[in-house]
Amino acid sequence: MIHSLFLVNASGDIFLEKHWKSVVSRSVCDYFFEAVERATEPENVPPVIPTPHHCLINVLRQRVYFVAVIQSEVPPLFVIEFLHRVVDTFQDYFGVCTEAAVKDNVVVVYELLEEMLDNGFPLATESNILKELIKPPTILRTVVNTITGSTNVGEQLPTGQLSVVPWRRTGVKYTNNEAYFDVVEEIDAIIDKSGSTITAEIQGVIDACVKLTGMPDLTLSFMNPRLLDDVSFHPCVRFKRWEAERILSFVPPDGNFRLLSYHVSSQNLVAIPVYVKHNISFREGSSQGRFELTLGPKQTMGKAVESVLVSSQLPRGVLNANLSPSQGTYTFDPVTKLLSWDVGKINPQKLPSLKGSMSLQTGASKPDENPTINLQFKIQQLAVSGLKVNRLDMYGEKYKPFKGIKYMTKAGKFQVRT
Amino acid sequence: MIHLIMDTFLRYLKEREQEQLVKILSFMFYIFRHDDLKEMLDSNKDSLKLEAMKRIVAMIARGKNTSDLFPAVVKNVACKNIEVKKLVYVYLVRYAEEQQDLALLSISTFQRGLKDPNQLIRASALRVLSSIRVTIIVPIMMLAIKEAASDMSPYVRKTAAHAIPKLHSLDPEQKDQLIEVIEKLLADKTTLVAGSVVMAFEEVCPDRIDLIHKNYRKLCNLLIDVEEWGQVVIINMLTRYARTQFLNPNINESLLEDSSEKAFYASDDEEDEDKKAEAAALVKRKPYVMDPDHRLLLRNTKPLLQSRNAAVVMAVAQLYFHLAPKAEVGIIAKALVRLMRSHSEVQYVVLQNVATMTIKRRGMFEPYLKSFYIRSTDPTQIKILKLEVLTNLANETNISTILREFQTYIKSMDKDFVAASIQAIGRCATNIGEVRDTCLNGLVQLLSNRDELVVAESVVVIKKLLQMQPEQHSDIIKHMAKLIDNIQVPMARASILWLIGEYCEHVPKIAPDVLRKMAKTFTNEEDIVKLQIINLAAKLYLTNSKQTKLLTQYVLNLAKYDQNYDIRDRARFIRQLIVPTDKSGALSKYAKKLFLALKPAPVLESPFKDRDHFQLGSLSHLLNAKAGGYQELPEWPESAPDPSVRNVEVKDSVCARRTVLTGKAVKNQKSSSESESESESSESEDESEEESEEESESDTNIRKKKTIAPSGSIKMYELLHRITGEGLAVEYCFSRQPFSPDPNMVAVQIQFTNNTNSETKNLHIEEPRLQSGMRIREFAEIEVLAAGESVTVVMGIDFCDSTQAANFQLKDLKFSLAFNLTKRCFLSLFTGKLMGMNEISEKLTLGEKCVNEHVIVERVTATANLSRVPCGSDKECRFAGKTVSSGCLVLVTVTTKEGGRAQLTVNCEKMVIGTMLVKDIMQALSQ
Repeated sequence: MIHSLFLVNASGDIFLEKHWKSVVSRSVCDYFFEAVERATEPENVPPVIPTPHHCLINVLRQRVYFVAVIQSEVPPLFVIEFLHRVVDTFQDYFGVCTEAAVKDNVVVVYELLEEMLDNGFPLATESNILKELIKPPTILRTVVNTITGSTNVGEQLPTGQLSVVPWRRTGVKYTNNEAYFDVVEEIDAIIDKSGSTITAEIQGVIDACVKLTGMPDLTLSFMNPRLLDDVSFHPCVRFKRWEAERILSFVPPDGNFRLLSYHVSSQNLVAIPVYVKHNISFREGSSQGRFELTLGPKQTMGKAVESVLVSSQLPRGVLNANLSPSQGTYTFDPVTKLLSWDVGKINPQKLPSLKGSMSLQTGASKPDENPTINLQFKIQQLAVSGLKVNRLDMYGEKYKPFKGIKYMTKAGKFQVRT
Repeated sequence: MIHLIMDTFLRYLKEREQEQLVKILSFMFYIFRHDDLKEMLDSNKDSLKLEAMKRIVAMIARGKNTSDLFPAVVKNVACKNIEVKKLVYVYLVRYAEEQQDLALLSISTFQRGLKDPNQLIRASALRVLSSIRVTIIVPIMMLAIKEAASDMSPYVRKTAAHAIPKLHSLDPEQKDQLIEVIEKLLADKTTLVAGSVVMAFEEVCPDRIDLIHKNYRKLCNLLIDVEEWGQVVIINMLTRYARTQFLNPNINESLLEDSSEKAFYASDDEEDEDKKAEAAALVKRKPYVMDPDHRLLLRNTKPLLQSRNAAVVMAVAQLYFHLAPKAEVGIIAKALVRLMRSHSEVQYVVLQNVATMTIKRRGMFEPYLKSFYIRSTDPTQIKILKLEVLTNLANETNISTILREFQTYIKSMDKDFVAASIQAIGRCATNIGEVRDTCLNGLVQLLSNRDELVVAESVVVIKKLLQMQPEQHSDIIKHMAKLIDNIQVPMARASILWLIGEYCEHVPKIAPDVLRKMAKTFTNEEDIVKLQIINLAAKLYLTNSKQTKLLTQYVLNLAKYDQNYDIRDRARFIRQLIVPTDKSGALSKYAKKLFLALKPAPVLESPFKDRDHFQLGSLSHLLNAKAGGYQELPEWPESAPDPSVRNVEVKDSVCARRTVLTGKAVKNQKSSSESESESESSESEDESEEESEEESESDTNIRKKKTIAPSGSIKMYELLHRITGEGLAVEYCFSRQPFSPDPNMVAVQIQFTNNTNSETKNLHIEEPRLQSGMRIREFAEIEVLAAGESVTVVMGIDFCDSTQAANFQLKDLKFSLAFNLTKRCFLSLFTGKLMGMNEISEKLTLGEKCVNEHVIVERVTATANLSRVPCGSDKECRFAGKTVSSGCLVLVTVTTKEGGRAQLTVNCEKMVIGTMLVKDIMQALSQ
């Protein structure tokens, strides 16, 4: 399975290596560096790179490449999924998974990697078990450790590994028992030139933050479970119960986790909450181009559209842009040709607009390409699919927990073609 | 002294600065390299050792060589501090290979660890021991693995399974012995072991499919509870297994499909014969019936499509693709489309597999066409794969929408992607005749694009399209002839030249002129262009020798002295063919036929065609080349192998079991005598295991027979005192009788006593508020309870072996009564094999009254309904039982020592129950 792992930063330095079988020389990464050079953009590096004796599988997260060395047949997704799980674990431990964070915690990182794989095969990837084995570093603990000389390694032996609910440890205690659920929906859409929708889908997740004492058994039911077309669960969810009654029944992990991710059936029409009016044109022979953009709310069910951010990659021929926004601020990077406009909140009475001119290279012919406009926005207290949680019940413990549900709609990959 | 100063100094510096400083200092004190670390490792303080180890590990992580510290580090292998120990393990595993002799020093520590009573320590000792790649210890490792494979704890057995591939890679000669261990572990019934042992199977002996037969059904059933990484491995292995054992569910359809596809070189006669043979085969074939085991696999893997782990979803998807009947494969599309929302690396792999799937089963993904639309923010490699899928999905009905989509792609800023889009349009046009003209027109328009790459790509694609119907398109050919002045991309130039040469009859005026221009620039062209110029010259010479004779001679002369030998060769060859001389052979007569033969139009094919002979989702499929260790996906067998090999041995007939039972009963009666030898008791264990299986069939008669009266008196517990209950008193006890209506329930005997002067009416249970899984069977309502009388009823409660209380209310009284009784829910005697169990040991001092064995036995059995098991030593008392609803085994051992001290050991799979039991028995014994 996974033979070795190299962590490579954006400038091509290997700053960490770990081997689970015999040592593989780091010169194997030369093939990887070649591929990076060949790819114009960092995200265009092929995830699987064959070399004469090995195969390199890499993922890119936060400008760090995680390069796994494989020697024999293994499903590539297995390795990719595992590498992402490693990054998630690091994020869980150190807050971020940057080069600096890894270097600062190199011993913890090493201990984690040691526990996560045995002979290249995943052993313990559940963050709950890992946290029992190796306590995450906190400022307080670091201070205490330096003074008392105690360690980060758990003194007790981890029992979670042996239990039937490996995602939850025993003996959890809280003074305030609370369970919060965030229903977050993202709209993925492509809008064409004329403003009609080419494709639009809603993807949602329910993220939970559960801090409950003991071994609570929760059930969550929806008003309209039929909306959910395709779902994937955290392993804690009892699949049979969902199949039979469309109820989520589970013993939750402790802390933050993703309970469910779902896709809303494509039969339902998606209410697109914003519209974009645009006029981006270049005239033949002139070194000026016109740029006009107006945003407006549409089908928002009375909720405000917030944190709106517009970005667009302008054609290479554009030298500079001279625009004036009616609200918010805009920036244009003349090197990458990236225009971004931080709009903020859309006021339905006074629609935000960005107007002005673009200067082109003199003498150059007008660009053929049409830029696409990428949109980001947020709408609080609205699940655009109409999904509603009916109730949340707890069994198995005597206290009354505090429960909270929050809804939010966001733009996913939301693109307007011009 | 210097080192001390250096050391303190270092500690005050941040790591980055430290690194530089270390570089400088280590150069200066080269001779004393790592001396400070050695000193720290030799010190008595754990904190210094830890600091040293942390620095060493940081050095290993950066790829620095620290092997010279090996002796200093290995000394600390038995250190008490857990973190130091762990870091030493890390170091040891890294460098043991290089320092084989010194590594041997540490082995005894691990050998000791292997015998530790704590399962986690046993497991970690085995893990490190097996990771040390030193050939001398192979026999030790083999022994350790064998022992661990029959360990009580499933966790240790899992570690043993992990150790198998390690040993195999160290010494492949151990294969036969390791296969034996694998066979043993495959029979393991716990989910923890399943994934790891199948992994070992795949690495050591993937061809020993016969080992799977007996475990096939078990693996299918366990699958959903195995951890996710294990699931992937098991599913992939089962896909291969199923391909060898079951029949092709699509057998009838695939025959029909094949016959519709014409083989390129097959003559018509052959085809007819083929068809006849197939028809005959169809008639002969019996209607297909799916093996129930095949169905079991499909059914049990389906829920895993909902997994959050992309690798599991992909594994199930490939299983369905390779094994499911055509009608059922469709369900995987939805899940695969869902994965496309994930990280771009996941998308990349999924799209590769979807691209292969769409060639064979296009219909499956058609409803999700729009999910493959391309966004400008996608990375180029994803865009190109999506394009591939869209092209594969194109058919007569959706082509217009797809082409409209492609039109926007052509305007993209990403030129590689634009080129791929043009190719895609070309492929759509060749595959779907209706849109060929529209596509061609669109592509011709692109010829006036400003970007040269776009034009070049269009030229190449147009050339291919024109070959299909050249007569109608001489305009386009003329247009392209004009382009040759401007286009610089060699491939495009070569394409245009070939096109003009091939269809020179359609453009008789232009062709010679093009040759004239090309002759001028010949020396500066790329090789592929030069070859095409020679071709053009030859073709023109044959059709229009009057105008072009001199030009051709000129070109051939230039080519004769070209640097490239290919071109020189070609020139010589062509000259011989086309220019008639005395010596020229018979071939030159046919030169025209040779050069201007009708050429079949190229078929534009997906690069993913025929990739499905690799197992989908595998590395080999992705690379389109066999990776090391790849196991071919076997073809379906012609006729199914014997399905009975998967049958697990059926138990003996009923009467045989009865005799066992009676025998057992006799044994029970004399169980107080301790004369039985070890071997006998192990025999009885086997028998009782059979019994347990029978028990689950819940034959009440048999159950009654087995019940024996509990030893010791039954303790009554007060539920409701008569004062708080306003005259009504309620007491309960566990009667330790089986509750006949439901074997999973514990019988609770409740005694109501009416101490008031009036009658109490309608006593019954109301609104049990129970935890999930718990059940109560209520007693019949007591209509009247006269003053001063008492009534006893029995109710059944299924506690699900949990430690939670069952809450319910007694009507009329409005009291919420909580039974806190689960610790005593053991029933029925049982001596079982030790499965994987958690062991809890406690030392205690026996109470004053617990002087002899008899009292101990009495105390223990009073606390919990356990049965005494005979054992050899008189210092030891062993008890066994099992929990009522899930039948978990419980073993209790009390070892008495001198001076009233004793050790209590409880083994139970359920840890909570084990702990509670320890607490209770401790209390009972120390009183």
